[in-house]
Amino acid sequence: MTPASEPATVTSLPIGSDADLAWVRHQVRQFAAELGFGLVQQTKIVTAASELARNTLVHGGGGQAQIHPLHHGPARGLRLLFTDTGPGIRDVELAMTDGYTTGGGLGLGLSGAKRLVDELSVETEPGQGTVVTVVAWVTRAPAVRPGLG
Amino acid sequence: MTLPPPVPGNPVAVPVLALGNILLVTLQGDLHDGMAEQLQQDITDRIAHSAADGVVIDVSGVDIVDSFLGRVIAEIAAGVRLMAARTVLCGMRPAVAITLVELGLTLPGLETALDAARALELIARDPAAVAPDTPEGGT
Amino acid sequence: MHVPERAAADSAARELAAFLESRREQIAQRWADAPLFRTVFTVSRDEAVEACKAVVDALSEVASSGRLESVGAPGFGPVREQLGHMAASRSRSGFTPGQIADEAAGLRAVAVELLHGEAQGPPEREAPDVLLALTVLMGTLRLVLMETAVSAGEELIARQQLQLLEVATPVISLWDGIIGVPLIGTLDSARSQVVMESLLQAIVEQRARYAILDITGVPTVDSLVAQHLMKTVAAARLMGAECIVSGIRPAIAQTIVHLGIDLSSVLTRSSLADALAYALARQGIEVFRRADGASPR
Repeated sequence: MTPASEPATVTSLPIGSDADLAWVRHQVRQFAAELGFGLVQQTKIVTAASELARNTLVHGGGGQAQIHPLHHGPARGLRLLFTDTGPGIRDVELAMTDGYTTGGGLGLGLSGAKRLVDELSVETEPGQGTVVTVVAWVTRAPAVRPGLG
Repeated sequence: MTLPPPVPGNPVAVPVLALGNILLVTLQGDLHDGMAEQLQQDITDRIAHSAADGVVIDVSGVDIVDSFLGRVIAEIAAGVRLMAARTVLCGMRPAVAITLVELGLTLPGLETALDAARALELIARDPAAVAPDTPEGGT
Repeated sequence: MHVPERAAADSAARELAAFLESRREQIAQRWADAPLFRTVFTVSRDEAVEACKAVVDALSEVASSGRLESVGAPGFGPVREQLGHMAASRSRSGFTPGQIADEAAGLRAVAVELLHGEAQGPPEREAPDVLLALTVLMGTLRLVLMETAVSAGEELIARQQLQLLEVATPVISLWDGIIGVPLIGTLDSARSQVVMESLLQAIVEQRARYAILDITGVPTVDSLVAQHLMKTVAAARLMGAECIVSGIRPAIAQTIVHLGIDLSSVLTRSSLADALAYALARQGIEVFRRADGASPR
């Protein structure tokens, strides 16, 4: 597969407080809207970003979010990276299970976020921090394209 | 593009309005985690100090509900129920409902209504009934 | 040997470009009568001629750049949209991409004829080279048209698939505050997404309290379909509407039991009529036959 061409519009946002989470949601929403994601898809990806950014804050002790718009031929998408230098995840498979929690939440963060996007991957090493990457693509909607005739 | 963070939403406490013996809470914009937790505290205090029959939480102005806010809402409802009152969640947007279900958060046992008017109607019609768990049953 | 050959090809291409430029008007006038242009640009003949001129200009641009065989030559850029429009119009009339490409091939004869007319006069030696260049160039045009025809076709199919999804899932108003969705055909993920979105939208628009999902026309219910149904029911409930699934045929009921699918969170009724009766009763509405048995008035 050829790598998607990425214009130099990668945005990095710090995650260190409640207010930062709100700002991440706001920015992800703007990028998603500009790329042509429909309302339901926008809501899904912003919610996924909110879950993952909160993980970064609560479990990773803070870190940063990166937003990469993707242009692959006619396809449009968004890749989000959540990076922290926290304790890492010991058992990723377990962490991906519904209901598994260490942070007092509902344990839907990782597994729930995975259902809201097209791809989710976790790179982690105990003591070395965690990078969670998600990718979502705009699904073709009939109303977006002007007719040919 | 815009880089300095003038954070969206209003970082003040969520107002809790008393309408007769119903508390109306209108959530709006992007709710910070701290505000949501503060709200949970406020509602429990208000119910303890008044004789409210129920709480209506209007989320029509909310564009995302993640698992954190979902948990706060569920906990508010559970707390309110312990104090013999009911909670009705109303005004959820279609996109938010779809996302919540996909996330795996269906908020079972929580009463819901299309909008605030329907929610108030629901409590007014039958103030004594405390959150029936099953929708079915002889009417 | 290589270098002179290349030089000859280049000069032929340049000559072809000059020919196309000088005969732009004549070629355009004659192409305008070809079905490919005549049937697409129906407003006036001038419109067709203008469209032809644009194509001739593009060809001459490609020829002067020397990239006769390149489908991706930038010279085609300005007419790509127009060619796409032509291809789409022809395919709407029932032509396959192959037939459309054949129509494009028909344009070559006209140009060749004009080129022959030209060759009567000046140096005859060069004519075959130019003719060859023209043949190559027209072949490339044919490919470009075929390419746009295929991609226009793909786009059409994708759009039709989506339209079909929407057409196949109408949300109907059954009573004040009661809506119904008769599901017909297989319920895959894409389809159930459309069903969910249109159902929830209708709940808001019609202020519905009850929504009936009728699965009489759904051939099989496996665990995936059941999951889609449960998600739809859960989402509707979050918006304050109660969902009823109706039309569960005996065979499907058996399958559901055999597969061990838990539909206990979903309110079910065997027929759409039963579901409607339930929803009416919950709203305090009773339906009964008039005592005298007569039809009203």
